[in-house]
Amino acid sequence: MNESVPKPEVAAARGVKVAFGAVKALDGADLIIRQSECVGLVGHNGAGKSTIVNVINGGLSPHEGTISYGGVEAQGISTARAHGIRCVFQELSLCPNLTVAENARVMHSDLKGSGWRRRGLELVTQKLDDIFPGHAIDCESVVEDLSIAERQMVEIAISFAAVAEAPKLVILDEPTSSLDAGLAAQLMAYVRRFVGSGGSVLLISHILGEILSTSDRIVVMKDGKVVADRPASEFDTRRLVEAMGSVVRHQGWERAAKAHSGQPVLSVQLHPRSSHRLQAFGGEIVGLAGLGGHGQTEALLEIYLSANGNWWPTKEPKMAFVAGDRALNGAFPLWSILKNLSISSLKGLSKRKLIDPVREQEVSERWKKRIEIRTPDMHNPILSLSGGNQQKVLFARALATTSKIVLMDDPMRGVDIGTKQEVYEILRSEASAGRTFIWYSTEMDEIRLCDRVYVFRDGAIADELVGADITEANVLAASFAGGAAA
Amino acid sequence: MNGMRTLGAKPWIWSFAAAVIVWVTTVWFTGGSSAVGLSQATLTFAAFSIIVGVGQMFVITLGPGNIDLSVPATMTLSGTVALKVMDVQDSMILVGLLLAIFVGIAIGMGNYALIKLLRIPPIIATLSMSFIVQSFAIWTNRGLRIKPPEMLSSFATSYTFGIPNVALIALLISVLAWVLLEKSVYGRRISAIGQSSFAARMAGIPIDGTRFVTYVLCSVLAALCGYLLASFSGGAALNMGAEYLLMSIAVVVIGGTAVAGGNSNVPGIWGASLFMFLVVSMLNTYGFGAGVRLILTGLIIIAVILAAGGRKALR
Amino acid sequence: MKLSSGAIRLVIPAVSLAVLLAAVFYMQPRAMSYTGLNLLFNLAVPIALATIAQMLIMSVNDLDLSMGTFVSFTACVTATFLQTSPAIGILILAGAIAAYAALGVIIHIRQLPSIVVTLGMSFVWGGLAVLLLPSPGGAAPGWVRWIMTAKPPVVPMAIVASVIIAAITHFLVMRSSLGVLIRGVGGNQRSVERAGWSVVGLRAAAYAMAGFFAVLAGIALVGLTTSADANIALRYTLLSIAGVILGGGEFVGGRVSPIGAVIGALTLTLAGSFLSFMRISPDWQIGAQGAILIVVLALRLFLNRLEKREKNP
Repeated sequence: MNESVPKPEVAAARGVKVAFGAVKALDGADLIIRQSECVGLVGHNGAGKSTIVNVINGGLSPHEGTISYGGVEAQGISTARAHGIRCVFQELSLCPNLTVAENARVMHSDLKGSGWRRRGLELVTQKLDDIFPGHAIDCESVVEDLSIAERQMVEIAISFAAVAEAPKLVILDEPTSSLDAGLAAQLMAYVRRFVGSGGSVLLISHILGEILSTSDRIVVMKDGKVVADRPASEFDTRRLVEAMGSVVRHQGWERAAKAHSGQPVLSVQLHPRSSHRLQAFGGEIVGLAGLGGHGQTEALLEIYLSANGNWWPTKEPKMAFVAGDRALNGAFPLWSILKNLSISSLKGLSKRKLIDPVREQEVSERWKKRIEIRTPDMHNPILSLSGGNQQKVLFARALATTSKIVLMDDPMRGVDIGTKQEVYEILRSEASAGRTFIWYSTEMDEIRLCDRVYVFRDGAIADELVGADITEANVLAASFAGGAAA
Repeated sequence: MNGMRTLGAKPWIWSFAAAVIVWVTTVWFTGGSSAVGLSQATLTFAAFSIIVGVGQMFVITLGPGNIDLSVPATMTLSGTVALKVMDVQDSMILVGLLLAIFVGIAIGMGNYALIKLLRIPPIIATLSMSFIVQSFAIWTNRGLRIKPPEMLSSFATSYTFGIPNVALIALLISVLAWVLLEKSVYGRRISAIGQSSFAARMAGIPIDGTRFVTYVLCSVLAALCGYLLASFSGGAALNMGAEYLLMSIAVVVIGGTAVAGGNSNVPGIWGASLFMFLVVSMLNTYGFGAGVRLILTGLIIIAVILAAGGRKALR
Repeated sequence: MKLSSGAIRLVIPAVSLAVLLAAVFYMQPRAMSYTGLNLLFNLAVPIALATIAQMLIMSVNDLDLSMGTFVSFTACVTATFLQTSPAIGILILAGAIAAYAALGVIIHIRQLPSIVVTLGMSFVWGGLAVLLLPSPGGAAPGWVRWIMTAKPPVVPMAIVASVIIAAITHFLVMRSSLGVLIRGVGGNQRSVERAGWSVVGLRAAAYAMAGFFAVLAGIALVGLTTSADANIALRYTLLSIAGVILGGGEFVGGRVSPIGAVIGALTLTLAGSFLSFMRISPDWQIGAQGAILIVVLALRLFLNRLEKREKNP
């Protein structure tokens, strides 16, 4: 479909830069979506996909670069909506306590006047019949009574529905993540029809088959930049995986393949239908790989929560946990660095339940030196530290315990490279001293540091890689399902 | 130590400053004649709100949604039960005390059992509990109003070195609470849970165990306060706990404890309790009625919470 | 059979009410009459209105601890100004509703915990009530008294009023656009914001409506009691919360039901009468109310579990 005159733009982001602290989420990315085309957007974790989506739908203003809708420069959520941009988010954004029609009312402010309930109902029902013929959704029911797949279908239908004006661009972020193969195929067919009738779609999916068969053009992102932008016909699965992968650097430390003798220190069956057990031997670094949000964090939580009681303090905690999302499950924001560091090992630092301040101080000074926390005084508030140093405190918290197993939930997210190297060094020495690490990471460089890697896909272990098999190509191949959803 | 530098940043300093200002104004208005009497009365009445306030503070420290509404009923029940058992005999004073504490433990356990087993928010769990406790109190209280044992009642109403005995007990409890909060593993745990119960869980803190102990502690302190109040006022009355429901929450909030949880302090409760009683006396001295007093109390609470600003809070 | 979660939420309160009513009739057949019913449900109207007000606050995930003192205050206004100089009375009550809306705005903008703010307000309303009526007194305006003591044919006033309240608030909260948006704030504030609505405005509207119904509760209460005092409705804070919960509402998530709330209020009122018919000594009446609350909540937990198990076998 290469016409000489390019079709008019619907939305365009040019030279966009966005940084969160020291991390460059977008580093001069261009993304242009034209009328009547479906653009597939792929990339590994942290490549900047969701950030650029947020920029285009107006939720995030870039630090540099321009956004335009229909050729006119503009910004903001309501402007984007006014230009017919709609977005189906990865997480559910319906109100679970409202009915389907009521949710349509919330989403479409132009659905008003008397009889809006009936019109909304008709609108959504029609759209659902249109997109997913043969569905069995009762549109009068409350959203929380629907299954996850049904909720996703409803949300998609509401987004495509036209009240006063038809949507011009619909952004679908992993729309098929909870749909089965049949429904996914119906949706993709509808996307083609929608595009055929003049609409545009930006499609993000980890199922490469969908991307290849549905898109007119595929944009590949890596490290906040667009690295490939070509017609879909020029790609196949292998070339797409290659384009996503990194070509440069391949160093890191080579770990001698260790022969582990005896029993594993940990062996769990995470998913009933998974063919792999997650096993770890003493002194091993076990990696959990795969795309973000495919069950790695849940697996770590399951392992951790089943080992730690909730009623009585355990004498010898078996496991320690290093959080990745500091704000959500890591740092205690009201506390000093010292208190944040010692919280998990207070048992050993106290006499008759009273904390011994001298020993607490000693331990914190020891870790301050060992892991190089950059602060003049450990009594300063934790929030006075940079993100990387906060993360070091969380590492020190876990390592200061006597636990033999340490679980790590993508802890290096947003940490600068210098800090990373320092922490890797400590991990290595702790592992050779016999500690076991289970490490969920979204970064290939870190996965390569592991002795054994489990690749997750759709909530289950898809593949196990050991030793020399731990390569980027193998991890990527296992992360992306070739064809339909598993 | 960097004590002086951080003194200004301590949230409790404001409640003390306010208390001192009100004290000075009131004494000045009466020409200085009331200094000793006012101070003693203030300490006496503040002591009761301090004791329940400390318990409520531990619960509020646990974070959004944690609050104990069964405090007044607990006070009433422990007061009535203890007085009934002691039956005006001096020899039974200790038995009565132990019984009061036992009542507190039982109610606290009941509270947490409801919270945990029925998965209902603490506010409604402790409310249902308080209905039941209140009935027990009414049932126990039937018949004649029983006086406290002579020795106990004279102890509760007299002074040591010019300081009311009840205030000394409140001081003792406060010191213990301070040690518990600032120096013990338990104190660290409740503060961690209050800041983020999920993060606390992931740091290896036994959440249910800690919360359970906290609810029991709060009920025990309320029971103790009921025991003392009944002894002080010469008998238990069914409505004796009523004003302590809002008061226990108010002194915690005015004292600088974060309603969002995780950050609490004992000295602030002293400042706030003294302040609350002094405001009442001051307005009485100036001839204002109960209405103005209440309005000002409310406006002060709102002003404090507005000034303290909201951290991301529950509701 | 497939029931929506909204329907299940209504079934338990309705069944509890029916069982209680049957028990009362069984024990006291004379209650099965016009006057009997009127006596049984007489006090239900103000409680139902206060429960509706609390429910509106809860629909945006907040909680009002000042409901009791506020209703007392409005009762005092009704018994004094509204009776002697209606214009000023109406002005004061309108001001009180505006104050509620302002509270909603402050709580939203400063991200304050509503429990503490309303706790503070409870002192303020209580103080204002004491200023108005230092000792019990005042008189009900004639028209209020007339409405509350009216004797419609066949069905007593209390029941007619409850049905009307339930119908109107059901329309307002469950059917109207505004109600949908307010409940949306409780359900998923982020997505309401994303769709371009002003959440501050919605919260203010919810609070103002709550203030309005609480004012009606105060007026209705004076119509029944003919006079007022500053402590007349202190119990309403806890009763209104219990009523919403009994009626199937939840503290968070915008899951509320006006019909359920009215039924909850009726149940609470009836529970009192039932317990006295049971010849349960007055000592245990409050306790039995607590026990009823616990039993209903336990029942609901049990049903929710069943429902969940059915959903994910």
